[in-house]
Amino acid sequence: MNITVKLFATLRNGRDKIMTIQMPEGSTVSDIVTHMALPREEVAIIMINSRGAELTTELHDTDILALFPPVGGG
Amino acid sequence: MHKFIRIDMTTLTSTVSEVPAKYVGLGGRALTSNFVNDEVNPTCHPLGKNNKIVFAPGLLSGTAAANSGRMSVGSKSPLTGTIKESNTGGSSSQMLAKMGIKAFVIEGMPSEDKFYVIKLDMNGVTIEEAPAEIIGGCGNYDAIRILGEKYGKHVGVAIIGPAGEYRLPSANISFKDPEGNIRSAGRGGLGAVLGSKKVKAIIIDETGAGKVEIANPEAFMAANKVFSKALLDHPVSGQGLGLYGTDVLVNILNEAGGLPSYNFTSGRIDHNDNISGETMNATITERGGEGKVSHGCHKGCVIRCSQWYTDKEGKYITSGFEYETIWGLGADAGIEDLDAIAYIDRAMDDVGVDSIETAVAVATAMDGGLIPWGDGKAVLEIVKDMAKPTPLARIIAGGAGAVGSLCGLYRTPVVKNQAIPAYDPRAIKGIGLTYATTTMGADHTAGYCISGNILKVGANIDPLKKEGQIEYARAMQIGTAAIDSTGMCLFIYFGVADNPAGYQALIDMINAQYGLSLTANDVDELGKSVLKVERDFNKRAGFTNAHDRLPEFMEYEPIMPHNVVWDFTPEEIDEVMNF
Ligand code: SF4
Repeated sequence: MNITVKLFATLRNGRDKIMTIQMPEGSTVSDIVTHMALPREEVAIIMINSRGAELTTELHDTDILALFPPVGGG
Repeated sequence: MHKFIRIDMTTLTSTVSEVPAKYVGLGGRALTSNFVNDEVNPTCHPLGKNNKIVFAPGLLSGTAAANSGRMSVGSKSPLTGTIKESNTGGSSSQMLAKMGIKAFVIEGMPSEDKFYVIKLDMNGVTIEEAPAEIIGGCGNYDAIRILGEKYGKHVGVAIIGPAGEYRLPSANISFKDPEGNIRSAGRGGLGAVLGSKKVKAIIIDETGAGKVEIANPEAFMAANKVFSKALLDHPVSGQGLGLYGTDVLVNILNEAGGLPSYNFTSGRIDHNDNISGETMNATITERGGEGKVSHGCHKGCVIRCSQWYTDKEGKYITSGFEYETIWGLGADAGIEDLDAIAYIDRAMDDVGVDSIETAVAVATAMDGGLIPWGDGKAVLEIVKDMAKPTPLARIIAGGAGAVGSLCGLYRTPVVKNQAIPAYDPRAIKGIGLTYATTTMGADHTAGYCISGNILKVGANIDPLKKEGQIEYARAMQIGTAAIDSTGMCLFIYFGVADNPAGYQALIDMINAQYGLSLTANDVDELGKSVLKVERDFNKRAGFTNAHDRLPEFMEYEPIMPHNVVWDFTPEEIDEVMNF
């Protein structure tokens, strides 16, 4: 399946902002973090198609996955 | 002995007395809100002689406690008609605290039509006529420089711009920061209150002031160590805010579909990368020169969410370039260029208007056909014209509610006539409860539910669902009212929300300074009591639960991409303040 991955803030360091990757059916967010060699402890906020998700959430074909390090403001 | 100062602008006299017993244990918002509720007639006209305005450093201000230099300003708001507390950074809070000034109050109004400068120093209060060159259109940057030449570079300054002199409803009060730039007590039109009392500026000269008394210095230092460490250890307060500023929120709110755009008709924009915190960081870094990615608005801030944003030649344009301002102009008004937004931000600081109220008023005016969508040049001119002010500039500075009404708009994003800030309550329900129920009119800082709805700090609540939101919005507002009383910057919340030892250290510092033994429960009770006092004032001013509502259009106009409306019932909303 094809997943669009968007990275933000420090997760962009040395990486593209947005990319499409191919993953086997049933892959989770965690599998993608491993596949992309992202620093796991820096992945704090996860959204799939603009909804909050967890590392264990399964993805589906054409999903858009957005990953953020811990960020705040106000 | 701590001092409580009253300045009577009717007689141009002042009195310095001991702190009234009731206020001895209070600071910041707890003090200002209690004072306003005690002494201001809730039905008075905010710009008349019966309103009063009070300035108070927080409980921990002036000490070595990290991030403790915030100052609260309280009054009855000319924008909302409610009680108002607006707090700010800058140097004044720490100076006042070191001078032993618990609070100063400005009341009455002079009969003559001239502006005054009030000077506070260790000898007391002097009231003198304001220098002619800073009146009638002079911007805040120049005025602060001129006052520095007259009173010394080291002094603290609180000042109103031309917008305050003209008593425009979005006028703010600007405070000089350590480098002579500007921080603002922005919301609620408090600059107009000062303008009505003919006070152009307040000079604070701490020469000769001692140190803030600490009952138990060792315990204080130990607690401050734990507290600072908590701030620095948390990735948000220790790293993220410094790197990207609050503007890092553009991309996350955009991704979550909660970034109100084009006057709250969409929850998302396409040009987010033009105005994001990532882009701001890269632009400042690339341009070099005077630019600073990270900067503190007062001495002792370890989080440093502010920055110096520069032009293409690396020259300073503006600092404290906040997410809310960039959102308002960039997403809500559709101005796609960060430099254009930076110049408008500077102009707003210079003329002295709240950047949230003004940006939302601009977007509302665009929806109403008064200004072309996304036209940064036109907006810059209008904001500069607030120094004259031209009729159009007056209209925009009237705030989003006034603009919506003059344009005959149904879609006017205000609560209690104060503009709704940068988070759409249809897509992020927790923050909607804060907007609706806070005593301040729509205000995200009154109970920042974005934290647990989007940022996963302190809680993990689905922003699109109702579950857990009422209790969360209540707890956040209570906690915030307490933090606003300590002199702490609200962003310490990120460092202590998930770190009980860090939160305890904050309480330990208060205990060590005042020789108390408060518990977390006592601090909670303090927060509750502040909210109760504020609600009491609002009630006596004529506000009821029926005012604790979001604008009706939110119930009928769904927002993309989630296609959701605001669906809390009145009964559910009223539960928030039921404690
Ligand atoms: S974190 Fe930002 S707002 Fe808070 S004290 Fe520091 S610079 Fe000021």
